[in-house]
Amino acid sequence: MRLGPLLALGQWLFLVVAFICLSYAFLTDDFSVKLVAMHSNSALPWYFKMSAVWGNHEGSLLLWVLILASWTLAVGYASQSLPLDMRARVLAVLGMISIGFLMFIIFTSNPFERLLLNPVADGNDLNPLLQDFGLIIHPPMLYIGYVGFSVAFAFAIAALMTGNLDAAWARWSRPWTNVAWAFLTIGIALGSWWAYYELGWGGWWFWDPVENASFMPWLAGTALIHSLAATEKRGVFRSWTVLLAILAFSLSLLGTFLVRSGILVSVHAFASDPTRGLFILAFLVLVIGGSLLLYAIKAPAIRSGAKFGLLSRETFLLINNILLAIALSVVLLGTLFPLASSALNLGSYSVGPPYFNAMFVPLSLPMIVLMGIAPYISWKRSNKISTAIPKWLIAAFVALLLAGLGTFSLSNQYQQDFNWLAFITLAVSLWLIVSTALHMLSKAKHQQGLITGLKRLSVSYWAMVIAHCGIAVAAIGIGLTSVYEQQKDVRMLLGDDISVSGYRYQLTAINTFEGPNFSGTRGDITVFDGDTVITVLQPEKRFYYAARNVMTEAAIDPSLTRDLYVALGEELGEGAWAVRVHVKPFVRCIWLGALMMAFGGFLAVTDKRYRSKGALNV
Amino acid sequence: MSKPSRIKLFIPLFVFVLLALVFLQLEKRMISGDYDPSMLPSALIGKPLPAFSLTTLDNADLVISTIDLNNKAALINVWATWCVSCRVEHAYLNTLAENGITIFGLNYKDDRQKANQWLARLGNPYQLNLFDVDGKLGLNMGVYGAPETYVLDANGIVRYRHVGVVDNKVWQSKILPLGLNWQ
Amino acid sequence: MMLRAYFIAAVFLLSLTGLTSAAYSSGLVNNDSANELKVFSDPEMRQRYYGLIAELRCPKCQNQNLADSDAPIATDLRNELYLLINDNYSDADILEFMESRYGEFVLYSPPVNSVTAVLWIIPAGLVLLGFAIVAFIVLRNQESDETNNV
Repeated sequence: MRLGPLLALGQWLFLVVAFICLSYAFLTDDFSVKLVAMHSNSALPWYFKMSAVWGNHEGSLLLWVLILASWTLAVGYASQSLPLDMRARVLAVLGMISIGFLMFIIFTSNPFERLLLNPVADGNDLNPLLQDFGLIIHPPMLYIGYVGFSVAFAFAIAALMTGNLDAAWARWSRPWTNVAWAFLTIGIALGSWWAYYELGWGGWWFWDPVENASFMPWLAGTALIHSLAATEKRGVFRSWTVLLAILAFSLSLLGTFLVRSGILVSVHAFASDPTRGLFILAFLVLVIGGSLLLYAIKAPAIRSGAKFGLLSRETFLLINNILLAIALSVVLLGTLFPLASSALNLGSYSVGPPYFNAMFVPLSLPMIVLMGIAPYISWKRSNKISTAIPKWLIAAFVALLLAGLGTFSLSNQYQQDFNWLAFITLAVSLWLIVSTALHMLSKAKHQQGLITGLKRLSVSYWAMVIAHCGIAVAAIGIGLTSVYEQQKDVRMLLGDDISVSGYRYQLTAINTFEGPNFSGTRGDITVFDGDTVITVLQPEKRFYYAARNVMTEAAIDPSLTRDLYVALGEELGEGAWAVRVHVKPFVRCIWLGALMMAFGGFLAVTDKRYRSKGALNV
Repeated sequence: MSKPSRIKLFIPLFVFVLLALVFLQLEKRMISGDYDPSMLPSALIGKPLPAFSLTTLDNADLVISTIDLNNKAALINVWATWCVSCRVEHAYLNTLAENGITIFGLNYKDDRQKANQWLARLGNPYQLNLFDVDGKLGLNMGVYGAPETYVLDANGIVRYRHVGVVDNKVWQSKILPLGLNWQ
Repeated sequence: MMLRAYFIAAVFLLSLTGLTSAAYSSGLVNNDSANELKVFSDPEMRQRYYGLIAELRCPKCQNQNLADSDAPIATDLRNELYLLINDNYSDADILEFMESRYGEFVLYSPPVNSVTAVLWIIPAGLVLLGFAIVAFIVLRNQESDETNNV
């Protein structure tokens, strides 16, 4: 059993070597390696050659497995407080998952396949859409996130195997799950931000099946980090938390299947073949089916016996989990319905943003309202509600007032009628922020002043405050940008101008230029507010030589209150260009909110209960 | 009381098994070529062609609004000179025409002169070629790219739509089994 | 004391609102030299156009709506939509127009029929189930609480 960590180190080292070999092949333009020939090019800048390593099916799987090995190594070496047999089981489960993926790579998706008989002079180039900074870090962050849920999964399986489901497994799982969740939050936010500036249409979420494949583990992970808290502190919902831990990672695996099996149509989906899909499906049946079977047989059917009142944190966490579970089910349903109806020959349907938005908004708004109440509710039974009520009333009053003023002002600025959805979103989010702030202020009361009091609050409390406010900020961004965004598609000659939302955009120049592996046309669009020049935006149209396709690079003037967004469309002849102009209010808040959430997740792990003698001990 | 609650714990496994079966079915059908997620089923199946009024490719003064099928099944092939796959498909269409299969052409968003030259050079398997320069008939038929081929039965009802190149394999496995009267 | 702070904040915000609306009302008269590619006589029609092209799926692309796609068929369909709106087709008519030509595939908001009903029945059922579960668990844990604490 003591060999576990050492073997994990060995696995990790070998995978690092493999990864370095593949990266070296890309960086040195070794076109005898099929992957390099298909996805790289000698004219590609070196940092994109690096990202080309994981910009394809085989390479990204190698990254996946390397990250899994890294998590395994971390668990092996950072678990000093775990009993030996527990650690051995956890590492064994992680190892078995790793074996499955390695077999998949070796037998169906070998990244090192060679083109020795028919060498090529140069490669096909990386898909120009992927030649971008956001795409360099988005996959690694995403993978660190949902591969990280394998740790909680492994803990859950190990606990089920021993039959010992007391609070200990929850306590051990929490920091790992928090970190994985934080990374997944960053990964999803990066994907959204990248799509926004790179795709040229100003969209930031499309409920695309592949996007949903990353969002579902996130929803499960959010439920999990809350459920683990209840199970650790009060020993309740033991069986449900185990199931959630299995579900979160299962959804990650399901996502892997959906994206690589070829059964989905999506611009995100890897080009793959159905035989690979069958292999992954077999793997899924083994891992998910096996773990759910283990759950069904060995999960406790007997309650822990802990009691809690109606107005208790346990109840609120239960409601939180139920709402998140319903949201998760709805996303799963909408994503899988077209597939199921095709499989059963019932028709070829599409389920898109109108459906998902209509379902998701009514679920999330009540959740945000309840989040504002939750910090005031204590475990087991809340006796101090009478002191909380005045604060809630103040928070509600302030929220409604500010929301009303804000909505009125925005409607004026963007020349629209007063919008109730914007008002409700603002009201609900501001309620959450103010209510949480008031709770923090009252908790920080100290005879030596507010600052001392704030400093004395625990790190995990700060983490909760920041993460919850992050949700509010993101909700404000989502709500306001959806309601008030303005767009115009215009025909512009040199010197023409157009007004959108009080800003004047004028086409002041058009130039051609050469890039490292493309030729481009750049427009200069000067943006005026009245008579003052705010900025000159430079959208581009690029023709990539090797891949022979045309890319749009949008130009954005970012700000927390509004983004000014311009993209070049087609050349219309006679020197005229089609130009798409957007004003997107508060869209940055979406990613700011996500960053706040992730920060909260990371912060929670630095709480002193996880620190012994200055080092992190989880 | 533990028996009923134990059964409840099997629900997630049960749901997963159902899902896995759906996926398995999809994968099998993909491998057999029966399912392609990017292929749309045609909305015209079981219906006649939409009404149209177009000139023919070779005669800009002749306007046609009906197609005479002579009680035989026929193919309507949507093609254009800008469509690379259409050139690949053309040889097989010539073969089908030589074997007495009736093929009508829908020249989709193309240039009249270029199209006629193309046919003169590569052979003309079409009994008739409708010149749909703005793609209006194509839009009404649900065409979303060339080449596409619609199979009409002797009564003028659309029975099948194939997206992509029609070759011998497609003819044998998809069109012949419809059991239509081609002669 | 808190109430006074809120009152001041409210007054401040109100004045800010007044100032911003004053600033922007001056921008309401447009002398744009560029024209929109698709001109509508009525802003409501324009709104409907942008709504519809977001709601309709491009038949050919890899999961994109008509608004975001550069494919020729998407351009054609957008032009067709423009004509239909100007011909006073209603939203329902337009959706039916698209569906009868391209199938239910092109509707991102799925039509309601016996097959798709499950898309709404299941979420509704889950919400009811959720209420039931919360009620059940909370009541169960309360009961034993009361019987145990004599």
